[in-house]
Amino acid sequence: MLTPEQIETKLDRILLKVQKPGRYVGGELNSTIKDWDQVQTRVAFVFPDIYDIGISNVGVKILYDQINQREDALAERAYAPWLDMETLMREHGIPLYSLESKRPLACFDLIGFTLPYETLYTNTLNILDLAGIPVRSADRDESHPIIIAGGHSATNPEPMHAFIDAFAIGEGEEVIHDIVNTIQKFKASPNYKREELLVALAQISGVYVPKFYETTYLEDGTVAHTLPIIPEAPKLVNKRIVAKLLPPPVKFIVPNIEVVHNRVSVEIMRGCTRGCRFCQAGMITRPVRERSVQEVVDAADQAVRSTGFEELALMSLSSSDYTYVNDLVEAISKRFEGRKLTVALPSLRIESVSVDLMDKLKQHRSGGFTLAPEAASERMRRIINKFIPDEDIINTTRDIYSRGWTTIKLYFMIGHPSETLEDVQAIVDLCRRVIDEGRKVAGWKVKLHVGASTFVPKPQTPFQWVACDTRESVLEKQALLKRQLLKDKSIKLSWTKPEDTLLEAWLSRGDRRTAEVIYTAWRNGAKFDAWEEGHKHEVWMAAFDEHGLDHAFYTHRQRRTDEVFPWEHITAAVRKNFLFQDFRQSLEGQIRVDCRLNCFACGILPTFANLRRENPGEGWKCPDVKSPAAKMDMELPVVGD
Amino acid sequence: MRARITFTKQGALRYTGHLDLHRLWERAMRRAELPISYSQGFHPQPKISLAAALPLGFASRGEVLDVRFNEDLPTEEIARRLKDSLPPDIQITEVESVDERAPALQTQVLSAAYDVHLTEPVDGSALKRKVEELMMSESLPRERRGKFYDLRPLVEMLSMVTEADGRVWLRMTLASREGATGRPEEVLNALGIEPEYTRVERTRLIFQE
Repeated sequence: MLTPEQIETKLDRILLKVQKPGRYVGGELNSTIKDWDQVQTRVAFVFPDIYDIGISNVGVKILYDQINQREDALAERAYAPWLDMETLMREHGIPLYSLESKRPLACFDLIGFTLPYETLYTNTLNILDLAGIPVRSADRDESHPIIIAGGHSATNPEPMHAFIDAFAIGEGEEVIHDIVNTIQKFKASPNYKREELLVALAQISGVYVPKFYETTYLEDGTVAHTLPIIPEAPKLVNKRIVAKLLPPPVKFIVPNIEVVHNRVSVEIMRGCTRGCRFCQAGMITRPVRERSVQEVVDAADQAVRSTGFEELALMSLSSSDYTYVNDLVEAISKRFEGRKLTVALPSLRIESVSVDLMDKLKQHRSGGFTLAPEAASERMRRIINKFIPDEDIINTTRDIYSRGWTTIKLYFMIGHPSETLEDVQAIVDLCRRVIDEGRKVAGWKVKLHVGASTFVPKPQTPFQWVACDTRESVLEKQALLKRQLLKDKSIKLSWTKPEDTLLEAWLSRGDRRTAEVIYTAWRNGAKFDAWEEGHKHEVWMAAFDEHGLDHAFYTHRQRRTDEVFPWEHITAAVRKNFLFQDFRQSLEGQIRVDCRLNCFACGILPTFANLRRENPGEGWKCPDVKSPAAKMDMELPVVGD
Repeated sequence: MRARITFTKQGALRYTGHLDLHRLWERAMRRAELPISYSQGFHPQPKISLAAALPLGFASRGEVLDVRFNEDLPTEEIARRLKDSLPPDIQITEVESVDERAPALQTQVLSAAYDVHLTEPVDGSALKRKVEELMMSESLPRERRGKFYDLRPLVEMLSMVTEADGRVWLRMTLASREGATGRPEEVLNALGIEPEYTRVERTRLIFQE
């Protein structure tokens, strides 16, 4: 294997031939370089997209800190090299290496991939290959690192089951230590057996080792069941959570080149109680846990001091629902008064209070104000369980324009279940009203950016049973939006290409057979699927054909109510019958209120009763669990199981 | 006050370009909590000016910048505060206080000195001959990005150094004035050396008195 010095010499010969060579050299402030020989376990965390995007990922940052805080382990980072760099690396025989020590990834004990979205799958295969590590889990032996993955797309790990040795389901802060400890125990043995280590990993709560499971299929191609083939592997893999959020990272790595987000991010709250039916994040990150205002403000202050960043993002799925959001905004504006700092408070509710909050943060009006109504007809809003009356939207946007913002960004989704052209027309009508009202209060300078993405029904959500909207229907709806909205020069419209939506759909809803499709597509050149430069639709279509699979089976098929999903043996602790009830309520146009007001027994409390009991009170937004003996009496009858 | 900082730029930082370096210094000063002055206007810019852009990939032992602060600080204090706020591949070698009314730093640069190390073995005597020929020539017409120019007057000094073990390297001083900037890789090309097989380090910038 090449030494760090050899890699550096080779790099110096090629770096001036690529765009932004600063992506490939490390040397950033706040990165951690430890003595390779002084630790027992070396971990590489990989965000399988380019440096410019991956560097800001908070998940990687948290795990990187967790491992580097240990005396017996080190963590380094790697990202996907852009196409120009990959070509040169392959030409010059440079394996993918870590940015800190410039060691080949193959030298590490553990490689952890963060997979927040499915279009990173082909890049993951490509990175393994570029690192000289067998792409298939079955082809690896004792000399290779253990390959793990986690992140939101691990909600359905099956399409990647052939390539990843173990998945971490749910939150990674604690389980990463269990994994490292287990690796240490087994690798210390002189006759270390990879198989034995994997069996041990499969017994860690929240860890899924796919090789110990087998799926059988029914004649119609759907899953009959996925069962463990060794007694040590659990039938159902439950996600891991932390009872209390750990202190947020404050020493963010400061890149030496421009990247997408030059900012400090502080997570103010995890989870969401709104229950929007399309939202996978809202379903799989429960329960809601909040940080205290004090903790957030102190962490933000330390992080801004240690990085010099000009922007602070206060992250959550729904800022307005943070209990002390007013106090937080007050405290932040006080603490950072007079310092040049832009504060982002994304995901605000559509109400005037949100405008007051942004006002208090004294934000530049140039950035635009973003709101996400998601749907524009009352029927649609009931179906997706995000009910915001038109009047609220008009009043809020009018308020935003009149207080000096000239640009508003409104995010919608098309392709919601049972959506018709009338529902899409409602988006047009609403946008026109918004801009007309805006002109009344602020004149002709007002602008509106409309984002209309296409809905993909995601695993472990109430919409997991529904089919994706057809390509023809999506194109017709997009044509309607373009025809009517783009007449107005003050309106900008963005949309998703139907091919990109389809790709996301079959990757997120796939089963084990999809793995071969991914492998073949990657072999034939698919990578950087989230990028215009990368996505190759024909290659994917050919890959489905080659394996005798129909992509429409995954994307455009309404699931039977009794269907066993490919992800049935993995759970985010929100029960299937809860999701099914919610789906049925959606069909009837019934709203479910914020679950802070009324617990709907999604399944989080029975699963994590012990954690809740040990952490009673305000921290969680779920009801308290009284005593171990008390039976949960709010379980709903089993439906659809 | 106006402070002049001389610093090195090595290792990974060789691949950070001019604009990114500007941003890096702004952040470093924010981390060090130094009171940088900003320009007026809708998009206030920090008053930091770098003397001369260093081409991507080159290391340096002597880059220079001027920065204006809202208050007077002892130069040792500035150096001390910045020390822990910079990435490892930038080190401050000097901080001095400069007259506020002195002309802009960029206009004062005359030339730049470089050391060029060769990463592939070369025939020393042949190279020595080429160096001498170049220095003896009256003009050296070259083309860069479709423009013709004479490289010769931009080369103020060029010599080959031979180490005790026989290895050779080059030392050169090139003009670095507005509209008259000699680039080391152009000189290397003229000598028949592929810039790819060299490591260039700027050793210092030479200013007007």
